[in-house]
Amino acid sequence: MSIQRNDWSLQRKGIIDQERHKERVKEAVRKNLGSIVSNEAIILSDGRRTVKVPIRSLDEYKFRFDHRKRKHVGQGDGKTKVGDVIGREGQPGQGQQGKGQAGQDAGAEYYEAEVDLDELAAMIFEDLQLPFLEEKAKKAVQAKTTRFNEIRRTGVMANLDKRRMILENIKRNAREHQRARFGDVRKEDLRFKTWEEDKRYESNAVVLALMDVSGSMGEFKKYIARSFFFWMVRFLRTKYDNVEIVFISHHTEAKEVTEEQFFTQGESGGTVVSSAYQLALDIINTRYRPQDWNIYPFHFSDGDNYYSDNEEAVRLADELITTCNLFGYGEIGEEGASGYRRSSGALLSIFSDRLKRKDRFIGVRIDDKEDVYPALKQFFGKRGVEA
Amino acid sequence: MEDRELKELERALEQIWEVARRFGLDPFPTRFEMVPATVMYEIGSYALPGRYSHWTFGKAYQRMKTMYDFGLSKIYEVVINTNPSYGFLLETNSPIQNKLVMAHVLGHVDFFKHNVYFSKTNRRMVDSVSTHATRMAEYEFKYGRKTVERFLDAVLSIEEHIDPNFFIRRERPQPRTDNSEGRARAGDAKTPGAASSSSSARPKEGPYDDLWNLDAANAAPPAAQPDERPRGERLPEKDLVYYILRNSPTLEDWQRDVMAMIHEETEYFIPQMQTKTMNEGWASYWHSRILRELELTDTELLEFADLHSGVVSPHKGQLNPYYLGYKIFEDIERRWDNPTAEEREKLGRKGGEGRAKIFEVRELDNDVSFLRNYLTEELCEELDLYVYELVEDEEWTVTEKRWERVRDQLVANMTNFGFPYIVVEDGDYNGNRELYLKHSYEGAELDGNYARKVLEHVYILWGRPVHLETIVDDERVRMHYDGEEHDED
Repeated sequence: MSIQRNDWSLQRKGIIDQERHKERVKEAVRKNLGSIVSNEAIILSDGRRTVKVPIRSLDEYKFRFDHRKRKHVGQGDGKTKVGDVIGREGQPGQGQQGKGQAGQDAGAEYYEAEVDLDELAAMIFEDLQLPFLEEKAKKAVQAKTTRFNEIRRTGVMANLDKRRMILENIKRNAREHQRARFGDVRKEDLRFKTWEEDKRYESNAVVLALMDVSGSMGEFKKYIARSFFFWMVRFLRTKYDNVEIVFISHHTEAKEVTEEQFFTQGESGGTVVSSAYQLALDIINTRYRPQDWNIYPFHFSDGDNYYSDNEEAVRLADELITTCNLFGYGEIGEEGASGYRRSSGALLSIFSDRLKRKDRFIGVRIDDKEDVYPALKQFFGKRGVEA
Repeated sequence: MEDRELKELERALEQIWEVARRFGLDPFPTRFEMVPATVMYEIGSYALPGRYSHWTFGKAYQRMKTMYDFGLSKIYEVVINTNPSYGFLLETNSPIQNKLVMAHVLGHVDFFKHNVYFSKTNRRMVDSVSTHATRMAEYEFKYGRKTVERFLDAVLSIEEHIDPNFFIRRERPQPRTDNSEGRARAGDAKTPGAASSSSSARPKEGPYDDLWNLDAANAAPPAAQPDERPRGERLPEKDLVYYILRNSPTLEDWQRDVMAMIHEETEYFIPQMQTKTMNEGWASYWHSRILRELELTDTELLEFADLHSGVVSPHKGQLNPYYLGYKIFEDIERRWDNPTAEEREKLGRKGGEGRAKIFEVRELDNDVSFLRNYLTEELCEELDLYVYELVEDEEWTVTEKRWERVRDQLVANMTNFGFPYIVVEDGDYNGNRELYLKHSYEGAELDGNYARKVLEHVYILWGRPVHLETIVDDERVRMHYDGEEHDED
């Protein structure tokens, strides 16, 4: 009979297995990227650091009863009668199995994992890159950073390292006078910081994000376009220091907008795709000359263009392709509609029939939230040539 | 925590031990250990210190720790059923909290020592699990962590499906079995005749027939009985883990060893699963009785009352096993102390036998018999127990208040510790070494999605197509999984 206290500070088992669990979560996330990429919780995350995403493969499967088809025993506060409703299906915290067994709740069909947004982004961006990136020698901007990383005995007075100087002085005093004190500074005590310049050459690139905001772009289509651009913007900002992004939204007219407007604007009007391409070409000509810049226009639309405009749209798209590194076009279908419903009048089929240079064109069809991740991979895949 | 406080707590422990002995409790010697929260949650999530590594423990640990960090819930006490027993106290508990925990723990330890369902429990389980952990780590080193992990995932999906009375088989003299036996069986299976004879050789054998033959089995040298089939060959077989580890056509030695280890660990935990309500009720009953005997200051008394009512309070809409068990023990004591005239006359109860009776109950019952025997009409009424179910897929509605029905439903839900009862019907189904499982349907349907996932796991263990028979909407349904796809008919 005794009470003991031992040193448990080396006890790490729980933490080690917690890591194993985290690994499993990560593995599962990797497998489910398709559905996670377009998860509302993330797209609407508003700068939160972590998001909760449902993960199917982390349940501990056992033979168990169907909670909803079973009779349970509960306890009331003394006045319960037959026929009393104690909870409604789908409401958390009500009518649950009283035994406290994990995973018995009807609502909790799968495990929700807390995922760090940055980690998630790193996983998604692992294999992505800007395709056909060329060195545009002339204007290649040096990413120049200065790092103070060395100490020398000579240098510019402005870069004097005072702390080190005092230390050196005290050490010398201690050596020579057996008294460790500060004073009597001599030239040999001086220490200077010197720097190294980091030069990283990186090609200039500009991405033109073009989005259709016409009346036919309903909730779902807008959501798809936004989640694509959400990840695209995030991807470009994480991986490249030197990429500019131009936002253009269009219905019958196109205009350049801010990032915020781009992601929040409502929809109206018809669709004249060529207006956006024309504006893109104008912007390229005035601000981003192709000999100095790698240029990537990405356009998302439901493909429901005015018939009379198709001719012009194809002509301008061809022009974009010749001036740019890669032209990407994503066509968003109705929610849940599969390929067979694509109308022949839609832009994607016209593009694939009539564009002259298809090697620098990527057209993607998106009918489902899960298609966003594959689209990202197609646009930003290695070498970028998959059609 | 200061040493002074520790000393004071040790003095309190001596008192508590004294009081407990006076009341007639007889626990194993118990070592208490004061630990920080991280260690508490670690032991809590593994259920025993030093067990093998698996991500599910990490998941439990993370969940408990997060709940604690956010102040949502807190484990007060962890007790280990060994001899000597171990009780863990949380550093951050107040002195009175720890006194209550110590008394509560002694109640548990007394129960562990005397309840008959624990009579075959391995009291040196901490040693066993740590040798298991070592072996498991060796396998990880030898065959790869992922390989072992995936295999464990599969085994753990059926870990509860063992025979709670397995010790009966273990202790019975067995025909000598050697390593060649498994291979010999596999050879048998190739001839369909051998397989069919094994299922028809003794057609009249019922599940309990072997009880009548105990003497015969003891008397005759087992090897001399030609039709004595190897252990794990009596079908239907409730012990899925054991059956598969003996008969799976594909497992390697290390895999059978892993299954045997898991089997042993589940065997250890099963009595605790069978007596959850009683065990908690017993411990709660005694912590309250013991603490009343201690000299507590007014503030301590107040804190104790508050704590105690927290432990044994009804949870709205749910059944709190501490509360339920506690109320039943108190009720038994009252009814045997002051029997009604009818009980005196018909049942010969003399009165004043309350204490003796509850000690008897703690020795002989498990949750199922405890509730069936001692949950009375008055108690059902007082606790306001009811049966509820989902009506029209929409509303959880109270559908039954008649006490016998309520009691029977509660008992039914606790049967097989709340798990569906699954047996092996055939290990050579289709004459093709396929595994045929059957759910003994007793009115509650299986969760089909989960069942299919478990079949995938079982396939990993058996290595050949697996089948599960159950009832859905009053019709017999058979699920099949052949390693690639699911099928149903």
